[in-house]
Amino acid sequence: MKLVVCVKLVKILGDEVEFKPDGMDVDPDYLEAALNEWDACALEEALLIRERLGAAEVVAVTAGASGSEEALRRCLAMGADRAIRVESTAEDPLSTARELVAAVTPESPDLVLCGVQSSDSVQGSTGTALSELLGLPCVAVVKKLEWAGSGPATAHRELEGGLIDIVEVDTPAVLTIQTGINQPRYATLRAIKVAEQQEIVVIRGPSDGPPAYRIRRMFAPPKGHGAQMLEGGPDEIAKQIAGIIRERLK
Amino acid sequence: MRVLVIAEHLRGQVRDVTYELIAAGHLLGGPVLVAAIGSEPAALDLTRVGVDEIVHVPVAGPDFESDVYQQVLAALIADRRPDVILVGFTVNSIGYAPAVATKLKLGFASDVFALRQEGETIIATRAFYGSKVHAEIDFPGPGPVILMLRPTVWPLAAPGGAPKVTEMRVSLTASRARHVQFAEPPKADVDIGSADFLLSIGRGIGEKEKIALFEGLAEKMGATLAVSRPLVDAGWMPSSRQVGQSGRTVKPKVYLALGISGAVQHLAGMKASGTIIAINKDPEAAIFDAAHYGAVADLFEVARELEKLY
Repeated sequence: MKLVVCVKLVKILGDEVEFKPDGMDVDPDYLEAALNEWDACALEEALLIRERLGAAEVVAVTAGASGSEEALRRCLAMGADRAIRVESTAEDPLSTARELVAAVTPESPDLVLCGVQSSDSVQGSTGTALSELLGLPCVAVVKKLEWAGSGPATAHRELEGGLIDIVEVDTPAVLTIQTGINQPRYATLRAIKVAEQQEIVVIRGPSDGPPAYRIRRMFAPPKGHGAQMLEGGPDEIAKQIAGIIRERLK
Repeated sequence: MRVLVIAEHLRGQVRDVTYELIAAGHLLGGPVLVAAIGSEPAALDLTRVGVDEIVHVPVAGPDFESDVYQQVLAALIADRRPDVILVGFTVNSIGYAPAVATKLKLGFASDVFALRQEGETIIATRAFYGSKVHAEIDFPGPGPVILMLRPTVWPLAAPGGAPKVTEMRVSLTASRARHVQFAEPPKADVDIGSADFLLSIGRGIGEKEKIALFEGLAEKMGATLAVSRPLVDAGWMPSSRQVGQSGRTVKPKVYLALGISGAVQHLAGMKASGTIIAINKDPEAAIFDAAHYGAVADLFEVARELEKLY
């Protein structure tokens, strides 16, 4: 029994932003990084399945430069058995999926779990693209998963408005996992230390195929769209807010 | 520019995003072809201004299945040779559109919220880095392009027109992911959709223990308490209180957002509110893009001062 979880180290932009001189991307000095929230839920779901079934191997996979191993180390600290990084400069979801195939296919997994989307790019596409390349069925936006370890799984897709679509899916399959399906466990300090020493296998992807898109320019969005900013201390702000609310509810 | 729109429908009803896709396709110049995939495609109301042709694709089941949509879309592209394919950035489309783009090696982008043309080149705008920056993108490849458009951005195409209606049959392999049934979300203890005044809290409140404070404040102010998704995911509040795409779409007279950064899915659920007031300590928070009034401040300090005024 093998479960592969695809993860991404997401970039987090703080209060300030500067762009690279060519205007095609953000200056990396302004970025922090973390394991993508949706991917943490996907990993947690794999760990829960392993605990429920007793015996299963959980393999965390990412595509990126060496810095992205931070996401894999977090997975190892949470309890993943192994980690693989595909050396990659892919940016868009279709190219990323092509790179991930190089790590996923040799594992012959029983299930592949991905996060629905990444918090930085919100593409919602890598997992579904990966399913096509692996030749596996796909269920996207899974909020609940029931699986006995073989045969079809029952996946609850969360539609707009909270309606649930219950789907029976043949396995192996690719499932994209929605937040709220579980509460990802925290890694202990000890586990984080141990994970720092664990081996991460690095492989090379195929790097063929066209990119999904090309960035022409990146820019700060127009601010506020006419939002009037309230100034002053908390007391003055509160007074203005109360005034606006009373006026509007009249 | 030949545009193919894939109609989205749920339990026999065309979803509004379909009419937005038609409007966006019409703006690209058309002709606009709308595909209705389902067991009774003729029952779907797709006669809208800007539609040149409706193609019915009858399939066995009435409900969405990713394998069916993947195969039908690939067949439509091969048969109709569109320049651009428009689908909604929705839960259903997420399950098939990226797979077809991958299979056919097409240009592709999701969560697109603006489109323009330079000659024959389509230029799309989408956000990166948690909506804090925008980028214009284009598609250098030779083939058609699949674009997943963000819902609630384009206007709804109006009823009207006299489109040609055709039918296409696609032979399908068996679905590997089969619709079984729908399950309704849990019944609500309170109807946030009917409130005039919502006080909505988000991740910025930091911990579960702080919720009581805002329940108290909401009561004092005469507001109904609502929340953003992370508080429901954490199990702190029931989903009936959730505002956003996967929760409720609300339109109160006043929406006071405390500690909500403004994820796209949240904004889609509240941006039609009469007056939106947002407090966040991050001056770059996306919620300020949707707000009428904003304040960069500590939400607890402002909440304490608001308490004194009611």
